[in-house]
Amino acid sequence: MDFDFSQEQRLLQETARSFFTQECSTKRVRELMATPTSSDDKLWSALTEQGWTGMTLSEEVGGLGFGLVDLCVVAEEMGRACLPGPFFSTYWAAALLENAGTPAQRKPLLEAIASGDKKSTVAWLEHGTDWKPESIAMTATTDGDNVLLTGRKVFVTDAASADVILVVVRQGKSWAVAPVPSNAKGLAIRDLVSMDETRKLSDVTLEEVTIKESQLLAVAKADDLQRANDIASVVLCAELVGVMQLLMEMSIEYAKSRQQFDKPIGSFQGVQHQCADMLLYTESSRSAAYYAAWALGTRDASASQAAAIAKAYCSEAGRLVGNHACQVHGGIGFTWEHDLHLYYKRTKLAEVLLGPPTFHRERIAAIILDT
Amino acid sequence: MDLNLSESELEFQQSLRNWLSKNCPKPWAGKQRGPDHINYLRDWQRTLYDGGWAGIHWPKEYGGRGATPIEQAIFQEEMARANAPEQISVIGLMIVGPTIIAVGTEEQKKRYLEKILSCEEIWCQGFSEPNAGSDLASLSTRAVEDGDHFVVNGQKIWTSFAHIADWCLLLARTNPNVPKHKGLTALLVDMHSPGVEAKPLRQMSGEADFNEVFFTNARVPKANVFGQINDGWTSAVATLMNERANLGSGLYVLSKKFFEGLVERAKEHLSASQSVTKDPIARQRIAQAFVELEVYRLNTLRALSKLSKMGMPGPEGSILKLFWSEMNQRTNQIAMEILGLEGQLKSVDDGKWVFNYLRCRANTIEGGTSEIMKNIIAQRVLGMPKSY
Ligand SMILES: Cc1cc2nc3c(=O)[nH]c(=O)nc-3n(C[C@H](O)[C@H](O)[C@H](O)COP(=O)(O)OP(=O)(O)OC[C@H]3O[C@@H](n4cnc5c(N)ncnc54)[C@H](O)[C@@H]3O)c2cc1C
Repeated sequence: MDFDFSQEQRLLQETARSFFTQECSTKRVRELMATPTSSDDKLWSALTEQGWTGMTLSEEVGGLGFGLVDLCVVAEEMGRACLPGPFFSTYWAAALLENAGTPAQRKPLLEAIASGDKKSTVAWLEHGTDWKPESIAMTATTDGDNVLLTGRKVFVTDAASADVILVVVRQGKSWAVAPVPSNAKGLAIRDLVSMDETRKLSDVTLEEVTIKESQLLAVAKADDLQRANDIASVVLCAELVGVMQLLMEMSIEYAKSRQQFDKPIGSFQGVQHQCADMLLYTESSRSAAYYAAWALGTRDASASQAAAIAKAYCSEAGRLVGNHACQVHGGIGFTWEHDLHLYYKRTKLAEVLLGPPTFHRERIAAIILDT
Repeated sequence: MDLNLSESELEFQQSLRNWLSKNCPKPWAGKQRGPDHINYLRDWQRTLYDGGWAGIHWPKEYGGRGATPIEQAIFQEEMARANAPEQISVIGLMIVGPTIIAVGTEEQKKRYLEKILSCEEIWCQGFSEPNAGSDLASLSTRAVEDGDHFVVNGQKIWTSFAHIADWCLLLARTNPNVPKHKGLTALLVDMHSPGVEAKPLRQMSGEADFNEVFFTNARVPKANVFGQINDGWTSAVATLMNERANLGSGLYVLSKKFFEGLVERAKEHLSASQSVTKDPIARQRIAQAFVELEVYRLNTLRALSKLSKMGMPGPEGSILKLFWSEMNQRTNQIAMEILGLEGQLKSVDDGKWVFNYLRCRANTIEGGTSEIMKNIIAQRVLGMPKSY
């Protein structure tokens, strides 16, 4: 057993870190987040040239065939860089396709993701529902060779930049995924103004949006849908680890240089102890996130539980690290000019996206108490 | 990164499982910490020794198995799985033994190590004093050279198991005229020698696991100097590192058993005429305890992976003690919330809930307080400026 990065993973980490230092300074982040999509072609094609949108996808569809742990190594660096735009949403879509429809149906969609041709996202939540597959109510009605989609999906991430939106619908006792082009007739995207400007949220309404029935990808089991969300959650957790690590480093640097009472503030225990807590939360999140990535990647029996644990833990830890970072910085950390808030807001959205800690704890409770 | 057990690790796990299925005793059901309980624990330690399962992380030549850090983790998990009792000579196995292996002379190794494994001799750690706790190096118990002996005078306090111990790893001042870290010497002291007296101190939980120990002209042969004279601080630091590293991983067993006991109890416990496990808030609280327990286990595994590759734990190692102690307090709090007034009763589960709740207050004090742990993390791991 070896719970540590391999040589290759270390190299990947270095590559990713220098890539993002080059391509995604916080100056770039600020420029991009001010646009409606928080991304541009230049950054997207640089990302896709690395092959990262197809990192864990099979070579058959043009992917790199790496493991989920490898993807998380890169996702952690994305968090560290506060990467804006639709990488995460696109990967979530890829994870959803993994267990949807037939190989022939998925192939073109996955190819378009691996090559970077199509930015994608998942439309899951509906008004008043939660993240359980069972709570999805929207359906697809058959109309000859076509199916018609009518309804409203809420809080869709990166719909503003997506080329394809995977709309998850109910089909009797099972589910289906409808890949809808974002320019489809009858589809309306309303952008929402939200806290984290690096990751856009939208309302998506569908009014008799028509796709071929042969394009509808069937999903037989709730577990298959849950697995997609588990994978997305773990990618989000890895991102959070990068965010936490950066917030901690930022705080320690500041505490060493900022002087008050003729001493660096980092010599005061009230400050030191907050930094020590930040290390505890960051390292513990790292353990939880990478274990879950390994378990999901190898389809270990503990995978789903491990994902719930990671999401419950990292969500809370991210918030606490953000709060400590803000406190240690004093007034400067509260300014728009300082980069802290970019990361702070990232932790806050990640906390509730794909289910808040309460949601995941209830999943865990069901496993340990109801069996 | 590969979290699968290797072939040899699987083999290790299987042979331990087989052994436990034949040798693991029934859980202790009587009064905690009475003489009968102590004897029960001594017997268990002896059984482990006879089976070759005591001190597995020690080198083979000293009676261990030379187990890798990962095998130690497997050992702990299997002990928890089998619901095996704790190990009474934990101070000897986890703290004193490894330090003797690292610092002791060949004669000392021959003389002491085997008897730690077999539980023939129980050890205690005489470091803290009434005026030297967190600031351990300021201690004032004196050891003065007299021919081929040292004569020891002074007082130790909070010494766990001193009342049943045969030996004490003592830290005493041999040179008062140099800076405080430089004049200390570590001595191996026979607890049965004249001039050594342990007086049990009753803890808030009612039990008496720790003691005051008085030294009045106690004579310690020079052959029992541990490490170099006036270099006791080095041995002390080695000891404290062993304490924090080994206790950190060993404690997982206790926590896991405690958690499983809590789930079992909660299922039976009624609140508003139904099992409390139907209550959404109780469910959240129990799940949170499980999340923390799992994350603690994973932190331990990561630290052990680093340890086996680098010879020392990474930064995640420094948080183990802090994480465990605070987690254990939160979990005990959750148990009390779930059990309500039942949790107050010493008749329920032989007082286990009362005992554990009170006992866990000490977790953030013993072995270095949480504040001291955070100082160490900030100053030594994160490189922040020293404040004292
Ligand atoms: C159950 C139990 C078993 C024990 N077993 C043993 C044993 O077997 N052998 C042994 O030698 N000792 C043992 N101890 C002693 C233990 O190591 C000490 O209690 C501990 O180191 C703290 O010392 P103190 O009690 O003197 O508290 P103090 O050092 O007086 O601390 C009191 C408070 O002040 C805080 N404080 C002190 N210095 C600082 C600082 N620099 N920065 C911030 N806060 C600070 C502490 O964190 C604490 O909150 C045991 C203690 C307990 C409770």
